[in-house]
Amino acid sequence: METIVETHNLRVEYRAQNSAQPKKLAVKDLNLKVQAGEVFGFLGPNGAGKTTTMNVLLGFVNATSGSASLFGVDVREPIARQRIGYLPELTYYYKFLTAEELLRFYARIFGIPRAQADQRIDQLLKLVELEPARKRAIKTYSKGMQQRVGLAQALINNPDLLILDEPTSGLDPLGRMKVREIIQRLKNEGKTVLFSSHELGEVETVCDRVAIIKDGELKVEGRVAALVEQHQANLEKIFLSIIGYQPSAPATGK
Amino acid sequence: MNSVFALSGVVLKELYRRKDIYVLFVLTALITIPLAFVTFFHDDKIVRYLKDVVMLLIWVSALVIAIGTTARQLHAERENRTIFPLLAKPVSRGQVILGKFVGCWLACGLSLVVFYLFFGLLTGLREHIWPIEIYLQGLWLQWAMLGVVVGLVLLGSVVFTAPSSNATICFILVAGILLLGGHLNQVALQMSEPSRTIVYTIYFLIPHLEWFDVRDLIIYDHTPVAWVDCILAVCYAAVYSAFFLFATWLVFRRKALNL
Repeated sequence: METIVETHNLRVEYRAQNSAQPKKLAVKDLNLKVQAGEVFGFLGPNGAGKTTTMNVLLGFVNATSGSASLFGVDVREPIARQRIGYLPELTYYYKFLTAEELLRFYARIFGIPRAQADQRIDQLLKLVELEPARKRAIKTYSKGMQQRVGLAQALINNPDLLILDEPTSGLDPLGRMKVREIIQRLKNEGKTVLFSSHELGEVETVCDRVAIIKDGELKVEGRVAALVEQHQANLEKIFLSIIGYQPSAPATGK
Repeated sequence: MNSVFALSGVVLKELYRRKDIYVLFVLTALITIPLAFVTFFHDDKIVRYLKDVVMLLIWVSALVIAIGTTARQLHAERENRTIFPLLAKPVSRGQVILGKFVGCWLACGLSLVVFYLFFGLLTGLREHIWPIEIYLQGLWLQWAMLGVVVGLVLLGSVVFTAPSSNATICFILVAGILLLGGHLNQVALQMSEPSRTIVYTIYFLIPHLEWFDVRDLIIYDHTPVAWVDCILAVCYAAVYSAFFLFATWLVFRRKALNL
């Protein structure tokens, strides 16, 4: 099976704000492999190093040491991102453009021919139910609509790998359901999905495999079903025990 | 080059969807149209004053557009975090810089075309002469000069934190070069060492933007510059623009994306 995402001894250190402080270790010798067709959940508490790892994979941050590749191509090469779609946690788009213009802009970046881009834009705007608002500037959209534009732009190049950074955060239940449906659809089409989320129920439903990291270190990696069977608990309990969560004692009082 | 042109298209769309460029056009028109039809004391020289005022307005407006538009480009990408979905596509940071440069420079070019058309019409209606060649040279040289300014401001946008400080510093720098750059060698001659060497070094290092200023030729109806000289001036501007873009890339490639 083809390895789509691979990190080898990936290490990321950030410089401290002042020279007296030591460097902050965000990711410590991380080894990950995501195979083609998998839905892979990347879990961890806030500050664990999930976003940093994703930032390395997307070429936003350079690794201090180790390597990372997408489709066997070093992530430092822009061409490594030709076959991926990325949905950030929050909506970051040119608000003076319309949804149609934004999608056309990204289609042009991918070098998609005009006729094909038109067809793809129509399909995507229907998929995310923004067809009636396609000519309106994004600044006039509600938060949910902006998130749906984000989803459409992530799919503009019909990606083989989709990287989603907490895709359902801030969405209403309908929006979450829609995102889940799309992930399921992509999975059925044989696409690979790598996503981080704090919604562990959702992860358990959608993912084939998960990795849990804490303080930049990989704690657990495996198939969801195998982990559930091994620990005799649901993913949430497994996650809490791995990150060392201690439930506080019930308050005593009169 | 697809990415570069796509990025420049977004810069142009932003420019015409913002209101400031229309404000500049309207202000220039409001100030100059009455001047075109009013005759003060039946003095024919008034036409020259009119041309002088309009050309000055064109230069100032073009600089405001070039500096104002460019200063916010990379900063806005980072502040609004639009740089993240952009760089998640097969686009390098170098292409982002080049796309922004092309977009801003084209925006300046389009604005100059409108300004010069306006100027040509105004003076043509009044004087009944149409010196197209010198207008084209003026426009072409000014546009080349604005390429250097756009490159400089892009460099400033990865060095300075706020677009306002970048715009202010670049405006002062450009105005300083335009007003004093050509006289620095004479100033140096009157100085003692080591100030003389320092001022001379500055004289030879700075881009001489004043060389692109052919306003006097337009205002006083002189013959145009040889086209070979125009081409050499454009090459000179291209070298400085390339230098500023390279320096911008050197700083930006290692820069954290979030502000």
